[in-house]
Amino acid sequence: MFAIITLPTVVLDATANLKKHELENVSCCANVNVNRLLLSVNAPHPCCQWPRALTCTIYHAPLVSRQEIPPVFLCFRDRKEWADLEPVPQDDGPNPVVKIAYSEKFSDVYDYFRALLKNDERSERAFALTSEAIELNAANYTVWHYRRVLLQALSKDLREEMRYITAIIEEQPKNYQVWHHRRMVVEWLNDPSEELEFIADILSQDAKNYHAWQHRQWVIQEYKLWDDELDFVENLLEEDVRNNSAWNQRHFVISHTSGFSDAMEREIQYCLYQIKKAPNNESAWNYLKGILQPLGLSAQPGLLERVLELKQTHCSPYLLAFLFDCYEDALENSKENVAEEEQQKTLKKALEICQLLAQEDTIRKEYWLFLGRSLKNKHGSSDPSDEPLADDPEPSVPVSEQQEMS
Amino acid sequence: MGTQVKDVIIKPDAPSTLLLDKHADYIAAYGSKKDDYEYTLSEYLRMSGIYWGLTVMDLMGQLPRMNRQEIIDFIKACQHECGGISASIGHDPHLLYTLSAVQILCLYDSVDALDVDKVVEYIKGLQQEDGSFAGDKWGEIDTRFSFCAVATLALLGKMDTINVDKAVEFVLSCMNFDGGFGCRPGSESHAGQIYCCSGFLSLTGQLHQVNADLLGWWLCERQLPSGGLNGRPEKLPDVCYSWWVLASLKIIGRIHWIDKAKLRSFILACQDEETGGFADRPGDMVDPFHTLFGVAGLSLLGDEQIKPVNPVLCMPEDVLQRINLQPDLLS
Repeated sequence: MFAIITLPTVVLDATANLKKHELENVSCCANVNVNRLLLSVNAPHPCCQWPRALTCTIYHAPLVSRQEIPPVFLCFRDRKEWADLEPVPQDDGPNPVVKIAYSEKFSDVYDYFRALLKNDERSERAFALTSEAIELNAANYTVWHYRRVLLQALSKDLREEMRYITAIIEEQPKNYQVWHHRRMVVEWLNDPSEELEFIADILSQDAKNYHAWQHRQWVIQEYKLWDDELDFVENLLEEDVRNNSAWNQRHFVISHTSGFSDAMEREIQYCLYQIKKAPNNESAWNYLKGILQPLGLSAQPGLLERVLELKQTHCSPYLLAFLFDCYEDALENSKENVAEEEQQKTLKKALEICQLLAQEDTIRKEYWLFLGRSLKNKHGSSDPSDEPLADDPEPSVPVSEQQEMS
Repeated sequence: MGTQVKDVIIKPDAPSTLLLDKHADYIAAYGSKKDDYEYTLSEYLRMSGIYWGLTVMDLMGQLPRMNRQEIIDFIKACQHECGGISASIGHDPHLLYTLSAVQILCLYDSVDALDVDKVVEYIKGLQQEDGSFAGDKWGEIDTRFSFCAVATLALLGKMDTINVDKAVEFVLSCMNFDGGFGCRPGSESHAGQIYCCSGFLSLTGQLHQVNADLLGWWLCERQLPSGGLNGRPEKLPDVCYSWWVLASLKIIGRIHWIDKAKLRSFILACQDEETGGFADRPGDMVDPFHTLFGVAGLSLLGDEQIKPVNPVLCMPEDVLQRINLQPDLLS
C-alpha cells in the first residue's frame, strides 16, 4: 500500500499546469535518489475518466536519508508466498513498436494480476491482489469483474465488501465501476439500508455527482424508499437553489409518488419562491416550465399575472423566455371567442420579448430571432402595416461582451 | 442584477490560431514516450484511446503516420470468444470498446479482421427485455450503451438483428421534462447522454420523436459568456462538450443557435502551444480525448483546414460515404 506522507516541501519542479487543488490520492514511493521523492498523482478527469497521472519531483527540505524512508511497498515478486506464480508481463500486441516504461509497483501488481487471470485462480491471495490492483487503477473494469467472480467463488463476507466499496467510493466518487460494484453488492445482500445515508454523504462533498444520483434513484425505485426523499431534496435546494440535480430529483420523486395534478399549485408556489431568492436560476425555470407543459402554460389561472408581477423586481432572461412561452401557448391554444385583436396584442408582446432578448442575451441571438420569426409566421395577421421583425437587429447601443441581464 | 456565472476567463495571451501540426505531432508521439505512466493507467480504455487518436489524425489528414497493421492485429487479439471486444489484451469485452474497435476498422476499411457475425451476436445478447442495453455481462444499463449498440450495428450494416422498436422505446423513456435525456429513465439531462440519445434516434430513424425546439434551447443554454459549453446547468465549460452539445445541435438541425465565433475562440484557447493537444479548459493538461473533441468541434463549426466530421458517429464523413452510411439529421 502506498503511504500517504505529508511533507514539509516546496515543489520546485512540477509538470506544467498541475493545479494544487487537483492533488488527490497523492501517493509516494521511495526513489533511488534519496534527495528526491517521485510523486505520482492520479487525478482522473471526471467527465471522461481519462487518468491524469502526473509526476512531479518534490525536493525535500531537510534532506532525508534512505534509511529514514519507511519501506512502503514490497513487490509481489519479492514475496515468498507468491513464488509459485509466473508473472505475466504486459502484452502490447503481436508487433509492439512502442517500448513502454511502467512504474515499478504498477507493473509488479499487474504482472501478477494477469497471471492469476490466466490461470483463473480463485483464491484468497487473488482476492487480496485485486485490492492492490484497484488501488492503483480503480477504473480498470476487468479487475472489478474478477473481484466479483472471487466474491462469489470464495463466498466472501459481503458486509465487509460493503465497507470496502464505501471506502473506495469516498476516495474516487466519480468512477463508473465503483458505483456499479456497489449496486451489485447491495443486490446480492438485498439490503439497501445504508444507501441513502451513504449517498447523502457523497453528495455532501459534491452535490451534483451524476453517479451518486443515478445510484440513489435506483435504490429508491428498487426498494421503494420514497418517503423522505422530497425533504432531502428540499434541504439540498436550501443549500444551493441552483443544484440542477436536486431539481431533477424533485421531479423524479413527485412523478413517482403523488403525481403533479394535486401538487401543481404547491409546486408553482415553490418555484416562484425559489426564483425570488435567486432569479437567474435556469433549473427553477426549466422545472416550472416542465411541470406546466403537459397541461399548457396558459391553462394555469393567474400564472401569467404572477410572472408579470415578478418581472418588475426579479427579471431575468429565463423569466422573459417563460413569458414568451406563456404568450405562445396562449396563441396556440386560444379559444374561438378570443378576438383577433387580442391575439395580435399577445403576439406583439411576445415579439417584443424576442427583440429584447436578442439584444441582451446576444450569445443566443439566433435562437431568439428564430422564436420571433416562427411565431410571427404562425400567428401574424396579414395586415401590411405590421412592423416587420428585423432578422438581424443592430443594437442601438453596443452590447459589451460580458453583459448580463439587469 | 448580474449574478456570478460559473465560467472561466480566457486570458488575452491564450492561443487564438489553430495549431494542427502540433496536435498531429502530439498524437503521433503518444504512447511512445518512455516514462509514460499515464499511458499505462489508461490501458483499460486503450481501444477508445486508439479510436480518438486515429480519428483526430484522419480529420487532420495525418492518418498515414499511424501504424495500421499493428493496430489491426491488436484489435484481432482483443476479440473474445463471445464476439465482444475488450479495451486491450487481457481485458474483458465491453460494448464501449466493441464500438471503438469497429470504428477503427472502418477508418482502415478492414472490418473483415473481425468475426462480424460474432460481434452482432454479442451485441444482440446484451439487449434487455425493456429494450435497453447492458454494457457487458455484468448488467450496467445506460443510454450510452444503446448508442454503442446501434452505432456498431449501423457500421456493420446489421441493425435489423436487434429489436429496434423496443430499443427506441427505452431511449424515449429517458426523455426528461426539459427535453433532454439521461442515462436511465429519470436521470438528469446531461449533454453526453443527449448526444448518445440523439445519435441513437438518428441511426434508428426516429429523430421526429425529439422536441427539437425544446432540446435545442436547453443545448444552446449550455453556452457560457466565455463562449465555452458546459454539460448541465451551473457547471464549468469543457471542450468535450463542444462535441457532445454541438453534435447534438447539428443532429437536431439547430447548430446555428450557438454563437460560433465565441465557441471557436474558446476551443482554440484550450490548445497547449508547447505540447500540442487540447485540454478540457484553457491552461489544463492535454489528453487525446479532448484533442479529438476540440478538433471535431472545430470541424462542425466549419473550419476548412479540417475534414468534415459526421455528427452522429464522430468519424470523417468520407469514411461513412465509402460505406454508404448517412444517418438522418433534422433541418
